[in-house]
Amino acid sequence: MSSLSTLTPLTVKEPSPLRSRMRGGARYAPTLATLGLFIAMFAVGAGMYPSFLSGQVFLNLFIDNTFLIVLAVGMTFVILTGGIDLSVGAVVALSMMVSATLLQQGWNPAAVIFLVLVIGGGLGLLMGLIIQYFDIQPFIVTLAGMFLARGLCYVISLDSIPVTEGFFTSVAQAQIPLPGDLFVSPGVLLALAIVAAAFFILHHTRFGRTVYAIGGNEHSAMLMGLPVTRTKILVYALSGLCSAIAGVLFSFYSLSGYSLAAQGMELDAIAAVVIGGTLLTGGTGYVLGSVVGVLVLGIVQTFIAYDGTLSSWWTKIVIGGLLLAFILLQRLFARKTA
Amino acid sequence: MKSLMKNRLAWPVIALAALLLLNQIFRPDFLSLRMQDGHLYGSIIDIMRNGAPTILIALGMTLVIATRGIDLSVGAVVAIAGAASCAYIAASPEPASPVTAAMAVLIAVLAGLLLGVWNGFLVSTVGVQPIIATLVLMTAGRGIAQLITGGQIVSVSNDHYKSIGAGYLFTLPVSILITAAVFVLAAVLTRRTALGILIEAVGINPVASRLAGLRSRNIIWIVYVFSAVCAAIAGLMISSNVTAADANNAGLYIEMDAILAVVIGGTSLAGGRYTLAGTVIGAFIIQTLTTTVYTLGIPPEVTLVFKALVVITVCLLQAPKARNLLRSLKAAPKPGTKEKVAI
Repeated sequence: MSSLSTLTPLTVKEPSPLRSRMRGGARYAPTLATLGLFIAMFAVGAGMYPSFLSGQVFLNLFIDNTFLIVLAVGMTFVILTGGIDLSVGAVVALSMMVSATLLQQGWNPAAVIFLVLVIGGGLGLLMGLIIQYFDIQPFIVTLAGMFLARGLCYVISLDSIPVTEGFFTSVAQAQIPLPGDLFVSPGVLLALAIVAAAFFILHHTRFGRTVYAIGGNEHSAMLMGLPVTRTKILVYALSGLCSAIAGVLFSFYSLSGYSLAAQGMELDAIAAVVIGGTLLTGGTGYVLGSVVGVLVLGIVQTFIAYDGTLSSWWTKIVIGGLLLAFILLQRLFARKTA
Repeated sequence: MKSLMKNRLAWPVIALAALLLLNQIFRPDFLSLRMQDGHLYGSIIDIMRNGAPTILIALGMTLVIATRGIDLSVGAVVAIAGAASCAYIAASPEPASPVTAAMAVLIAVLAGLLLGVWNGFLVSTVGVQPIIATLVLMTAGRGIAQLITGGQIVSVSNDHYKSIGAGYLFTLPVSILITAAVFVLAAVLTRRTALGILIEAVGINPVASRLAGLRSRNIIWIVYVFSAVCAAIAGLMISSNVTAADANNAGLYIEMDAILAVVIGGTSLAGGRYTLAGTVIGAFIIQTLTTTVYTLGIPPEVTLVFKALVVITVCLLQAPKARNLLRSLKAAPKPGTKEKVAI
């Protein structure tokens, strides 16, 4: 009985036929479908509202979602290894609270940002160490991390703290002009740089390949002599770091710190990753897909804002429906290519 | 088998006892009960009453987790059930009649049933991983609840409905009785019939249990329906306790508490063997923690940090690797390791 229950969990094995069937073009199918959906939604929007078809509307999708893009990048790493990180939203809020409080006390912004990144990365590292060395499910550990980070927010302050510091406000108001009367915020450039770095790390470094290998089959990866332990820990540290960066970006965006901010943002990040074509069992997915996933979520919100008659809760229902559609799509592709 | 059960329950029971003792030390009247107007009052009763929805949901969650699944949608189901029943009462011609209350309860339970069938369909028939399948409803569910209430907080005034969450029967709060009834029902159904063993079989090895001729699909379906119905009843309790349906905040993060209760109670998230009694103790630990924070005079803002530390401590104590470490420490006796449990 006990030997049965200690066998390698079947959840690791179950998706493997699915993955092996998703060869060639089918591998990219979910991500391409997301991209197709995004283009289609944009086209429909352009058809319904003439002002929709503008470069700025497209760029605003990035400007309004910089933090979510960065979160989704970190989450993609974690999910690719077959794990999950529920703490990201709370870490975003904690980063905002820490930076708002310290800036109010007259700290140097560079020091504040550095400290926030250390806290976020450190918290992620700690969770990774507990997950790896004590063999506790990522779900529970990151849940505790979520409670801890959110709790620390409450300890710092229950009120919203405004950010009036010069550097933060100037970054918040800065607009980088692009040809054709368009502009982006500095945060967008940072987010895109992080996406590019993540793309490079995932596809052109040993670390990235190990991430995919762990998600494919952790046991095999270990037998191949890959540094599974180190990689799994680093993935959570990376996600924590991304959450901290997202927190700083969100501070730039909202110019305040509030302990209830970014509630449920972990769900948005997970939804973006799944809609972007990453399997939650790990091993398959692309960081660029996650970015498209964020854009799809963004365009849903833009749609509802444009429409004006639809209430905000439709966002949730539509995102849930999209999640469902993409999950079913993944199953369908898996069966078709069999 | 019995000594094994004892072993698995030992840590949660010790933790709960330590928490209660801590409270008793700081507030000598903590464990006392008193009768007033034919109702039983006391801190313990309060803990049980406030913990009833969490316990109820954790019971359903236990069976789901035993099949190697997870149900993230329970919080959304709580919101939908509360919204549906309150919206029905508010819109009915006789908002105060017992028939209306009964219909509202029926509607909420049916809604739970339907949502459970939906989750079960996605997991067992379509074959989606449980965490994603229920994530769909978790995301969309609150939207649906807001759709039902029209984004407003729907308040109702129906004394019969109110008694579900705030009423008393046989000197005890009704919510405790309902929870106890569901616990007994679940325990009898799964432990006095083969159902429990079948659920564990599906969780330990789905392929082997299917090859052994088990209809694992139906079993998976049953546990998700049970979980959603439990959540719907919890939704009734929560909404009737405040006589209003709040689509945004009713049952917020209750799935996290329920999962924690299951894990603290000693059921592994990897599926297989489960313990309903452990889950109830786990839920009590979580609820007592909240009370302890107030008893000790810790500022309420710190509650979450406190909770996080306890969760990590309890999980570490249950992790096989940490236990091995403890055992090796015990071999070379080192005082102070046991005191850690009390925190």
